[in-house]
Amino acid sequence: MNTSEKLSPDLFKPAQLDSSEGEQIRKESVSYWQDVIRRFRTNIGAIVGLSIIILFIVMSFVGPYMNSYDISTQNYDIQNLESFSGDHYFGTDKFGRDLWTRAWYGAKISLLIAFLAAFLDVTIGVTYGGVSGYYGGRVDNIMQRFLEILYSIPNLIIIILMLLVFEPGIIPIALALSITGWVPMARIVRAQMMKLKSQEYVLAARTLGASTYRIMTKHLIPNVMGPIIVAVTFAIPSAIFFEAFLSFIGLGLRPPGASLGVLLNDGNKLLQIYPYQLFWPALIISLIMLSFNLLGDGLRDALDPKMRK
Amino acid sequence: MLKYTLKRLSYMVVTLWIIATVTFFLMHLLPGTPLKNEEKLPEHIKEQIMEKYGLNDPLPVQYLNFMGGLVQGDLGASYTQDGREVSGMIAEGFPVSAFIGGQAVVFGSIVGLLLGLIAALKRGTWMDNLSTMIAVFGISIPNFVLGALLAYFVGVKWGILPVALWESYASSIMPSFALALVVVAIISRYIRTEMVEVLDAEYMKTAKAKGLPRRTVVFRHALRNALIPAITILGPLTVNIITGSLVIEQIFALPGIGEYFVKSIVNNDYTMITGITIFYSILIVSVIFIVDILYGIIDPRIRLSGAKE
Repeated sequence: MNTSEKLSPDLFKPAQLDSSEGEQIRKESVSYWQDVIRRFRTNIGAIVGLSIIILFIVMSFVGPYMNSYDISTQNYDIQNLESFSGDHYFGTDKFGRDLWTRAWYGAKISLLIAFLAAFLDVTIGVTYGGVSGYYGGRVDNIMQRFLEILYSIPNLIIIILMLLVFEPGIIPIALALSITGWVPMARIVRAQMMKLKSQEYVLAARTLGASTYRIMTKHLIPNVMGPIIVAVTFAIPSAIFFEAFLSFIGLGLRPPGASLGVLLNDGNKLLQIYPYQLFWPALIISLIMLSFNLLGDGLRDALDPKMRK
Repeated sequence: MLKYTLKRLSYMVVTLWIIATVTFFLMHLLPGTPLKNEEKLPEHIKEQIMEKYGLNDPLPVQYLNFMGGLVQGDLGASYTQDGREVSGMIAEGFPVSAFIGGQAVVFGSIVGLLLGLIAALKRGTWMDNLSTMIAVFGISIPNFVLGALLAYFVGVKWGILPVALWESYASSIMPSFALALVVVAIISRYIRTEMVEVLDAEYMKTAKAKGLPRRTVVFRHALRNALIPAITILGPLTVNIITGSLVIEQIFALPGIGEYFVKSIVNNDYTMITGITIFYSILIVSVIFIVDILYGIIDPRIRLSGAKE
């Protein structure tokens, strides 16, 4: 018995070919943000950066409560204890204050200043850049001239002058940082706005009677979100750097306040005798800045694959 | 080109005038007089001092005197260092700062150029990754942290180089190195990005197809074109070096302008603060001006446009 006898022609029937089915997309469509997450997850550096940032944010809240000391109580019996003595994990400073508590509290203050400055940058920058780019013409012209002058004044100078006038504190430092910090943000948003506003979907929205406010907030700004997020991720480490820098030149938080800059400055003064007092805050600030830079690089690649080289 | 240069020049003058004016009025808004031990001074001596520094004149008169002096390069006398002129102190400190900063730029540029070049030519290999890592670390580790660690290990522990003061050439090595790391990072990233772009250009294929040796292709055709946009980072680089020098000179106790500036901030020496602020502004604004003009001269493609964002 061979195969041809077993399979008779009547066992077969012609396949029904429906031409419309050939066009169907079987796989669910991937939205832009799903795609971003997928790309972001493949970037090990960015994941590590994000994890360290989350860990440090958690530690900045939990850390100060992990032993029984606070940031300002002085105890002259235990001055300059080495690291890992008892529950003084990072040792104590010249006033006998616990450095573990001060380091994490300081990290919290530094992060708070940086986030506050970044928030102000985004709020002012997006509004200014958005209005300037969307309206264009004479409005844009005047707003750009103002921006040009502000841009050419060195931010270092403005920040130092601001803090000479106002007593340094969390809010004055954040304000001083954002006085010039919002300018790059405004430029990014303006450039994107000018590109996007002439696209068809904006015309469609306007034809359907959408108000300017609605077009801005619902159609344009969501499309500029990518570059904004990336700019914020890079603005944060720069704010943390500047906060520490200001402490070094005597314009930081007043004692007994603590920030990473204050701790680095104190540690630097005793560096030759007690290097560990500089080492821990230096490690924390470097790791925070490194993580934000890695995260920023990862986000830039994930949000805009065209930029990747 | 001439019109563009004149336009930029007038912007520069306006910017500097704004900075000088704002600095002047801010310094006069600060509470108290700039006198040392104010409470202990007898009334008539206080009067005399105020008279000598012209502080009894109405504010507009003081402003005009100040501006008149500024145009002639006279920044007034220091309040805290008896009998010393601000311009004289700047002239004294600038060579030290310029030497440290200049050395950092030269060293950083050469190393950054090599790293960027290797990364672009060996794209995707371990050499590329290593150069990326060096760049990320260079941006993430604050220069004062690096400076302090160098001072401790190389200076104190191993005793290879002098820890502080300005005595011989060896004193300049560590400060310059601490400043150069950021330069290396910025330049290597920039060169890599530009090189990758240029290497993909059509004319590179032509050069290779002509049978030119690889050396000629890379150096004469690719690198020269990649270097042109790199001029634009000179502006931010100068700002970076100045910012860094403020803290690096503190750490290594160098007699540069940065050290004077920080001292004058701590001592409320208002004429010094005003003078050095203006000096820094002139420096930064001039570098940005020169870069913009040079850019137009070197690259004919963007000449006259002046609108490159």
